[in-house]
Amino acid sequence: MADKFSNIGGVGSKVNEQELTTLNLGPIHPATHGIFQNILKVNGETIIECEQTVGYIHRAFEKIAEHRPFYQVTPLTDRLNYCSSPINNIGWHLAVEKLIKADISKRIDYMRVIIMELARISDHLVCNSVIGVDMGALSGFTYVFQWREKIYDIYEEICGARLTTNIGRIGGFERDFNPAVHKKINEFLKEFPKTYKEFMSLLERNRIFMDRSIGVGGISAERALNYGFTGPNLRACGVDYDVRVFDPYCSYGDFDFVIPVGTGGDVYDRFMVRHQEIEESLKMIKQAHDNLPQGRHYADVPEFYLPPKEDVYTKMEALIWHFKIVMGESDVPVGELYQAVEGGNGELGFYLVSDGGRNAYRLHFRRPSFIYYQAYPEIVCGGMISDAVMTMSSMNVIAGELDA
Amino acid sequence: MALTSEIVLSKIKEFLGDDLFSSNESFGMLAVIVSSSRNYDLLEYLYKESSLEFTFLTDLTGAHYPDKKGSEFEVIYHLHSLVHNYRLRIKCGLPLENLDIRSMVALHSGANFMERETYDFYGIIFTGHPNLKRILNVDEMDYFPMRKEYPLEDQTRTDKEDKYFGR
Amino acid sequence: MGELKTNIKIVGEPEGIKGEGFFATSLSKVIALARANSIWPLPFATSCCGIEFMATMASNYDLARFGSEKLSFSPRQADLLMVMGTIAKKMGPVVKQTYIQMAEPRWVIAVGACASSGGIFDTYSVLQGIDKVVPVDVYVPGCPPRPEQILDGFMKIQDIVKNESIRRRSLPEYKELLNQYGIE
Repeated sequence: MADKFSNIGGVGSKVNEQELTTLNLGPIHPATHGIFQNILKVNGETIIECEQTVGYIHRAFEKIAEHRPFYQVTPLTDRLNYCSSPINNIGWHLAVEKLIKADISKRIDYMRVIIMELARISDHLVCNSVIGVDMGALSGFTYVFQWREKIYDIYEEICGARLTTNIGRIGGFERDFNPAVHKKINEFLKEFPKTYKEFMSLLERNRIFMDRSIGVGGISAERALNYGFTGPNLRACGVDYDVRVFDPYCSYGDFDFVIPVGTGGDVYDRFMVRHQEIEESLKMIKQAHDNLPQGRHYADVPEFYLPPKEDVYTKMEALIWHFKIVMGESDVPVGELYQAVEGGNGELGFYLVSDGGRNAYRLHFRRPSFIYYQAYPEIVCGGMISDAVMTMSSMNVIAGELDA
Repeated sequence: MALTSEIVLSKIKEFLGDDLFSSNESFGMLAVIVSSSRNYDLLEYLYKESSLEFTFLTDLTGAHYPDKKGSEFEVIYHLHSLVHNYRLRIKCGLPLENLDIRSMVALHSGANFMERETYDFYGIIFTGHPNLKRILNVDEMDYFPMRKEYPLEDQTRTDKEDKYFGR
Repeated sequence: MGELKTNIKIVGEPEGIKGEGFFATSLSKVIALARANSIWPLPFATSCCGIEFMATMASNYDLARFGSEKLSFSPRQADLLMVMGTIAKKMGPVVKQTYIQMAEPRWVIAVGACASSGGIFDTYSVLQGIDKVVPVDVYVPGCPPRPEQILDGFMKIQDIVKNESIRRRSLPEYKELLNQYGIE
């Protein structure tokens, strides 16, 4: 390798292999989306070593969760993968509902699927458009963010918030979908594919994009599995592991969708896998929305689901339940469980240990970004710095999920 | 052939003998409590055994049970056999006086950060880990914050009064 | 497409004496006008508020129309440090170092509840507000604040820039403030 660069300094000069430059990528850097630091040792443009430092946004979620009742943990889960917070919220609710053995109706499941797939589209849109931005293709970003605003409109109609949604409650939803939600979903399903096609036509068969992304930042399926990769990064390597299929939750078994896989695990494959997942999510939203069953928007768990306010002010039992829930007198079963959902980045797991008290005894989040970020030095060493930047943005490392 | 908890449990019992302390099945997942000295052997056996193939380490974490004298700390492994679609939980108890346990990095590369995180939070030492130092907290921190005896809030903060926050 | 708006508000001229072919005003007003409408922010985006900032930069809310077309990632070329998101204690020295590298005139806006006061994270690892390490000019509350709120905070910064002394750095109160933070 030294011979390839031995004439850079002029005729007859030799690059001393021991003289490596240290380059600091982060923690604040336009290339890193989120704050984490990579200290690269480079020889010219080739990376020899990479040392990572994370923890710049460690907010001690797991410790906070031990000091908060179950329903107050939902806003914390929002801030894990904040590009697709509804998935985290609903994953947490599923974990608690598993613990209390709640019986969730199909209507609630389908409503949850619609919201989760919208969140997945929102997350993949950020990742794909930012891959473009990192290459210099800024127009796609502005097209796509306009449509994320429409997704935010739908969230606002359902729960009132745009980004950190705190959507749903343990046992269902706080309010049913009103007619405006249905109208907005229909408009989204009708109008979004057109703009999305324009965005993809900018990048999909673009010579510059393909040259910069095919063969760059690849990892083999064996190494990816050994590192614990999940999600689009693993599916780009060719392994079709998706929690929605292996361990169906929320009636995902009722829907007709395919899992896109790539072959080489490189940047282009990750981009295309995410693109195809957006298409599959659109199909799922349409199926769920067209076949939305009738029913109530919350399950029968009076110990955890706050009764409607009109009942609280007029009926005695409702008042007592309200008091019990807020003051923490509900009976919580003892047990430990692991619930996994397919987040935007992969398998988001909740390991919950309950000792019967108001707070969780131990809550651990299995965060996909934390786990696949470990593979970054192995992928990047031996390549160029600009390839390292592309690999970073295609892996979609979200800092909130990295550090928790 | 689909894996069931009886098959998995009998194979683990056959391999470990007395080092398997107990097992239970809750919420659809089998959990076994084993001796912490055999953790690497057990995970390697589960990895390499052709009928089991637990090749995917889903999660590695710790927990602190100050009331369980003799095994106050626990290291919890979640394994997944992708071929058979079967999940398993393995727990190893560690006493407060001796928090050493063998690292799994040689077998699963993904255990690297997870063990550092468990060390950072609980002080559990993973012997054989290539780079066991703090990962999420500041390097100068001198205590292990997730242990139950330490409070959540920073005790040196001046702008928030505990009485207004219900603490 | 919609009708073309003809009553678009553009930046007005400051007070001064007008005449045929000339306009006389004080130098400080002109400089303040120029500074306020060409602020180059440094987006110090750490978490969720960073995504709302990306939405503010995008075409729907568009920060560029206020003069911030160029985001500068180098502190030496930035005017406004926009800290968006939670700052952990590990990150505190980085914020301070970034602030020290900025050349005068410089302003700081703390976007979001976490940057203003620690937000919902009252824990051992989170800095309870960036005003523990750097002096802050404007706080934008919210979790996360809507893009309109971020723009409102930005417009308040523009007000500060327009109305304060153009040699703020030599005022004794400012020097006293920086000394409290240990910054010369």
